[in-house]
Amino acid sequence: MSVAFDLDDVTLGYQRHPAVHHLSGQFKSGSLTAVVGPNGSGKSTLLKGLMGLLRPLDGRIDRHGVRRSAIAYLPQQSDIDRSFPISVIDTVILGHWRRIGMFRRVSHALRQQAEEALISVGLQGFAQRQIGSLSAGQFQRVLFARMLLQDAPIVLLDEPFTAIDSKTTMDLIAVLRRWHAEKRTVIAVLHDHEQVRENFPETLLLAREPVAWGPTAEVLRAEHLFKARRMAESWDDRAAVCRRGFP
Amino acid sequence: MDLYAVLFEPFVEFGFMRRALVACLALSLGCAPVGVLLVLRRMSLIGDALSHAVLPGAAIGFMVAGLSLMMMSLGGFLAGLAVAALSGLVSRVTPQREDASFAAFYLISLAVGVLIISTYGSNVDLMHVLFGTILAVDDASLLLIVSISSITLLTLAAIWRGLIVECFDPGFLRSVGGPGARLHLVFLILVVMNLVAGFHALGTLMAVGLMMLPAASARFWVGQVATLAVLSSSLALAAGYAGLLLSYHANLPSGPAIILVAGSVYVFSVIAGTRGSLLAQWLPRRHLSA
Repeated sequence: MSVAFDLDDVTLGYQRHPAVHHLSGQFKSGSLTAVVGPNGSGKSTLLKGLMGLLRPLDGRIDRHGVRRSAIAYLPQQSDIDRSFPISVIDTVILGHWRRIGMFRRVSHALRQQAEEALISVGLQGFAQRQIGSLSAGQFQRVLFARMLLQDAPIVLLDEPFTAIDSKTTMDLIAVLRRWHAEKRTVIAVLHDHEQVRENFPETLLLAREPVAWGPTAEVLRAEHLFKARRMAESWDDRAAVCRRGFP
Repeated sequence: MDLYAVLFEPFVEFGFMRRALVACLALSLGCAPVGVLLVLRRMSLIGDALSHAVLPGAAIGFMVAGLSLMMMSLGGFLAGLAVAALSGLVSRVTPQREDASFAAFYLISLAVGVLIISTYGSNVDLMHVLFGTILAVDDASLLLIVSISSITLLTLAAIWRGLIVECFDPGFLRSVGGPGARLHLVFLILVVMNLVAGFHALGTLMAVGLMMLPAASARFWVGQVATLAVLSSSLALAAGYAGLLLSYHANLPSGPAIILVAGSVYVFSVIAGTRGSLLAQWLPRRHLSA
C-alpha cells in the first residue's frame, strides 16, 4: 500500500521548544486516522506540519511530491471572519479554487456542483444566506461542502466536531466515511474516544511524544491513555538542548 | 433664491467649480471601494497612517522641484510605499503587530515631513500640502486623479475575488496555494495611490476622509461587498457635490466642507441606518415568526 505522509524522527514546535517530539511513522494512502491526545499534546501542530505551514525543527516529512493544493485542510475555526458579508454559495464555490483561481469564470456546471454539495451536507435552501446568519453547526456544514468541492486526495481536519451538536456531527462523519470509501486519506484531530472507536480504523495517540500508533482498538487501551495523561505538558524556559539521537 | 442658482449655477458659471466636481467624481470612484476593502480588512486606521506617511515624500518632492505635481506625487507615493513596506516587514519578521508597526513608521514619517517643510518651505506651502486645494485643481492634477481612479478600478476588477478571499479566509487561500502576500502588497499600493490622488484635492490630512467615511457609513445600509462598494462611491460623490456647494455659498474652505458633509452622512447613518443603527436597536419592530 502506498504512503501519503512519511515521518522520519520529526520534531515540530515553536521557538525551538518541541510540541511534537521525535515522531516517526507513516500515514498510508486511503487510511482514515484519528489523532487524539490531551490539550497541548501537539495535535494541531502535527497537522500544520503535514500541511507544510510549519517547518520541522528536526527530522523530515516526506509528502511524496503531493502539492499543498492537493490537501484539503480545515483548521480550528478561529481563522475565519464570520461577520464577513459573503453568501453561503459563494463560500462553497471557493472550493473550486483549483479550477477557477483568481480570474476564471464560475461556469454553470461548477455552480451546480456547489448547490449539490450544499444539499449533501443538509443545507438545501441556504445558498443565498449570509454566513453571518448561520449557527456554528451550519457554518461547519458549509466548510465541509467547500471541502467536498476541493476534491482533494488528502483531507486534514482539526477538531471538526468541537462545539457541534450530535446530529450535525453524525451527518459530517457520514461525509468522512464517504471520503474514506472513495480511497482518500483522511486525518482528523478528535477528542471523543467513542466517536473514534466507532468510526476510525487507525489512531495516533499523541502526548507531545507519540504514545501509540496503529489499529484503534489497540491504541485506545487504558494503559496508553493513562500514560498519555501523565506525560508532562510543560514548557520549560530553561530546557536543555535535546540530545536524543546524538551519542 | 431659486433652486437653479443654489444647486447648479456655481458649476455652470465657474470652470474651477466644474474641475473640482470632476475631481470629486474621480476620487469617489477610486477611493470609496478601496475604503470598503480597508474596513472589511479591519485596516481603517492603516489608511489614516498611510495618509500621514505621504507627507515627507511630498515635502521632499517640493524641496527638489518646487510646487511640481509630478515630483510631489511621486515623492508622496514612494514615502507611503516605504512606510507600508517597512511596517509589513517588521510585522512579518518580529512578533510586533501590523497596526503598531504602522503607527511607529507613520509617526517617524510625519515628523520628517513637518521638519522638512518648516525648515525649507513657507507656511503657505505647508498649508497647501496639509489641506489641499480642490478649487485650484488644474488640468494636470485632474488628469493624474482620473488616471489613478481608472487604474484603481481596473486593478480591483482584476483581483477582486482574490482580495475578498484573502480578507474573509486567509488560511484557506494559503492552503489552496493562492497568492496571499502579493495581493496584500498590490492592495497597499492601491491605497497609497489613492491617497496621493486625494492629497492633491483634499490635502494629506483629509485625503483619507473620502475613503473611510462613505465606506463606514455604507455598512449601516447594505450588507454585501458589491453593494457596499457602489453605495459608498455614491455617498462619496454626493458628499463631494454637497461639500463644494456648501463651501461656495458659505465661503468655507472646500476640503473640510466636503469631509464634514461626509461626516454628517456617517452620523446620520449611525443613528438612522437600516442595519444595526441606533434607531434600529432602540425602536425594534415585532419579531418574525421564523
